[in-house]
Amino acid sequence: MTKKYVLFWLLPIVLLIALYPIVTDNFLVRENIFLMLSYIVFASSMNIIMGYTGYVSFGHIVFYGIGSYVGILLINNLHVHFVIAVLCAALVAGVIALLIGEAVLRLRGAIFAIATIGINEAVKSLVANVDSLGGAVGIFMDFSVYDSYGGPDKALWIAYYAMVILTVLTILVSYFVRNSKLGLGLLAIREDEDTALVVGINTKRFKSIAYFLSAIFPAMAGTIFAFKSGNIVPDDAFHIVKSVEMIFINVFGGLGTVSGPVLGAIIYEKLKDYLLTNPTLKDLHLAVSGVTLLLIVIFAPSGIVGWFRERFKVVRGVLE
Amino acid sequence: MRRILTLFLVLFLAFAIGVSYAKDSIIVGFTMSKTGKLNAESDEQFKGLKIWEKYVNTQGGIYVKSLGKKLPVKFVYYDDESSKERVQQLYARLILNDKADFLISPYSSELTATAAIVAEQHKKIMLAIGSASDSIFNKGYRHIFQLYTPASRYLTGAIDMLKALNPRASKVAIVYEQTNFATDVCKAARDYALSKGLKVVLFEGYAPGTTDFTSFINKIKSLQPDAVIGGGHFADGQTLAKQLYEQRVKVDVVSLLVAPSVPEFAQIGKAALYVTAPSQWENGVKYNEKAAKKLNIPWYGPSVAWFVKEYKAIDRSGKEPGYHAAAGLAAGLVLQRAIETAGTLDANAVKAALEKMDVMTFYGRVKFDTGRFYGRQIGHEMVYLQWQLKGGKLEKLLVWPPEAKEANLISYKKNF
Amino acid sequence: MEALLAAIITGLLLGMVYGLAAVGLNLIFGVLKIINLSHGAFIALGMFGAYYLFQYFGLIPFVSVIPVFVVILIIGILLYFIAIRRVMGRQELSTLLITYSISLIIVGLGTFFFTTNPRSIDIPWESIRIFSVYIPATRIVALFLAIICTFLLYLFLYKTWIGKAVRAVSMNRVAAEYMGVNSHVILATSFGIGIGIAAIAGVVIASIFPFTILSGGVYELKSFVICVLGGLGNPFGAIAGGLILGLVESVLSLKIPVGIVPFIEFILLVLMLLVKPEGIFGRR
Repeated sequence: MTKKYVLFWLLPIVLLIALYPIVTDNFLVRENIFLMLSYIVFASSMNIIMGYTGYVSFGHIVFYGIGSYVGILLINNLHVHFVIAVLCAALVAGVIALLIGEAVLRLRGAIFAIATIGINEAVKSLVANVDSLGGAVGIFMDFSVYDSYGGPDKALWIAYYAMVILTVLTILVSYFVRNSKLGLGLLAIREDEDTALVVGINTKRFKSIAYFLSAIFPAMAGTIFAFKSGNIVPDDAFHIVKSVEMIFINVFGGLGTVSGPVLGAIIYEKLKDYLLTNPTLKDLHLAVSGVTLLLIVIFAPSGIVGWFRERFKVVRGVLE
Repeated sequence: MRRILTLFLVLFLAFAIGVSYAKDSIIVGFTMSKTGKLNAESDEQFKGLKIWEKYVNTQGGIYVKSLGKKLPVKFVYYDDESSKERVQQLYARLILNDKADFLISPYSSELTATAAIVAEQHKKIMLAIGSASDSIFNKGYRHIFQLYTPASRYLTGAIDMLKALNPRASKVAIVYEQTNFATDVCKAARDYALSKGLKVVLFEGYAPGTTDFTSFINKIKSLQPDAVIGGGHFADGQTLAKQLYEQRVKVDVVSLLVAPSVPEFAQIGKAALYVTAPSQWENGVKYNEKAAKKLNIPWYGPSVAWFVKEYKAIDRSGKEPGYHAAAGLAAGLVLQRAIETAGTLDANAVKAALEKMDVMTFYGRVKFDTGRFYGRQIGHEMVYLQWQLKGGKLEKLLVWPPEAKEANLISYKKNF
Repeated sequence: MEALLAAIITGLLLGMVYGLAAVGLNLIFGVLKIINLSHGAFIALGMFGAYYLFQYFGLIPFVSVIPVFVVILIIGILLYFIAIRRVMGRQELSTLLITYSISLIIVGLGTFFFTTNPRSIDIPWESIRIFSVYIPATRIVALFLAIICTFLLYLFLYKTWIGKAVRAVSMNRVAAEYMGVNSHVILATSFGIGIGIAAIAGVVIASIFPFTILSGGVYELKSFVICVLGGLGNPFGAIAGGLILGLVESVLSLKIPVGIVPFIEFILLVLMLLVKPEGIFGRR
């Protein structure tokens, strides 16, 4: 096995980007970097179940939604501290992932994808019909909550720091999973699940762990998002397009590698920002993303990282 | 040659810097729904704002005492696509990038509620038009000021209308869009109906964007209420009215939010007939200097007739202006008066002026709550309209309250 | 009692339309073995086809199904050879993403050209009385349209050579190729017909409900539920699934809040996948 150097360059890059708005004290840049970091979290955690294990969790955003709701309920209604709320969200989403996983991880391929879409839609309409969860109108945080964090200005910075820490954490977990026995087992499942079972891999347990890990980070990001934006609505929290974004970033960056989703997220955020603010392309941003996705799937199915890896065998250890 | 170029460059730069630092206009930022489901209402609201822009800038702008001169108003606005996600991003942009001095809300309570969070986080004053929800105002915001009569007093008149039309009426069905606004309005209407001794036989929400009301209509028909009230915004309300007519729902009163007060409601033809709606303002209201004097409050701004004339000059379709447009102009006037009173662009001073404001304009009385529901509208009153046939043409006429009516209220059953 | 009757009649009427909307999805899954995530986008395209043909040429939806179907059929065949063919046989992710990207392109261009403002086709027809229930005439027409389309599809699949070839490829692609069937042509035709029927469903829906370019998404999700109910891969199972769904929706919502119905539908979807997975693949 080649030695893995990926963290030596990946983490410094991410930290440099994360520090930029702190040093320059620029709010607008901070907003953009916040989004970029959240994409890294989403994509890297999606990578664990989809890239390493080969299960396309199309409704993965359900864990983000669950995390948002758990978080905002704790912070707003029970006045639990933000940090504790983030951890609770991870716990709840993790347990739910284990339970759901027990059932749906038996399914394979496209059927698994459809089942996860079904779960997301079911949870969405359930939440939208429970009055104590705010119903379809959602929950708006009481503004005075921010006072206990030193006012809204401070609270926005706290949310930002939290997202930075979460990003680093996600990358580390993604790296250690990839380079562990667990990761090898997952890759074996991806290549051929039946063979993996035959050679003695406890596929069921491995898949459950992968699903658990890929669920807790979006949930934590959900709480941070809810805390920052001050409201949460079922339609936004369980928006299937956000799942697709996670998948898109992975395919774009390079599925199944540690650096792929991170690089993909950084480029994706820049691209999206450009498309949304460019006056001529603004109205066409959906179509442009569609064409990009189409071209990538047809011509570069292994993404940016895959493209480099195929051409320069030496850099393999640096990228994975 | 090069020297001349350098000189030009230096001059240009100096000029550019000079320009960007001198305050030469008041920047008012907002988003509008050029696209999406809220387009019809938002467009009207925007026309009202354009009328204000013209009104104030032909006077040379707003006089700001601390600067000793008049500053013209400059609009900066974006398309929010009727989407909440875009709104927060765009309001942050308006505040941070475009350096907006004051904000005006997007259309609808939902979008306003999300925009309010950003405005509040950056301590910018935002005038909320197109949003009647009460629940925005118990979140502890201190910079959001509402122009509409709030939800709690929005649809209560429909119950009174039902009682007047059919004193023996006993059952009401409420079907509403699951949005802040419609939910708040309908909860208040339900409580009011119960307090009047009516039974609320159905109280159910439908998802925003619903186009098929068959299930609700089947339910309504089996419960046989005397009135159907609710709705949400234009697109869904229009569809609901159409399907109620198609499936022959025989009740005395059909009163829907927003949709019937938008002129385009007439597109559904016969299905529009005898539908009633609460309205913030209609051409036909009697707000003028005399009415202001009677209440012992100051009168401010142009007359109802002037607004109608200006509206028709912009709109060109010949239709009467609705309340969405009226509220657009009203928001501008309120902001203008507050700045003039404060004599500065400082947010705290303008905020203090808004707190003290109690004034009548062509739009009616405007006064803000300063208690627990800080910023909520407490001065303005609702009127009710009904679509009726006048000389063979569909027209909306004021039918309630009795002292303001242009025509008599007619039962929806007359349709069948 | 009268309410129940009304619920059953309206439920069946809508169910037939739902079923038609799902037929194409199941046909494509049956033959190409891919889940077409651009299904909803083509439903929406059909809606706009009907809208513009009505606006500019005064064609009522009853007539405009023909040009809409032909155009979408051709688009479908082209799309197969341009894009989908290249990912056939790759992992599910590729086929999911390729069809999703087609959906993004259509919805993106649609948002640009048509905006997301609601549209409707207003045909001033009166309501018709069936027993004691008033049904808008447009819905009756929609029902007949759906029945006719289903019947034509049946004739095509069972009575024509190419239709038989489609079924042969669906059952066993390799064997069909040995029998001299050019499977790519068949796959392309099937894809074209699948989205063509989706577009027809769009035309039908547009004649009864208002819509935007995003409206297809709702029917796509419903189609998933319907296909799983009726058996994945079986086009006529979709009709049965549609009728069941329409009926369940309509009758259930008499007693429970309408908002909770989607929850029940999607739980049903997941349970079906879990409890009867072998039924989904037909034979295994």
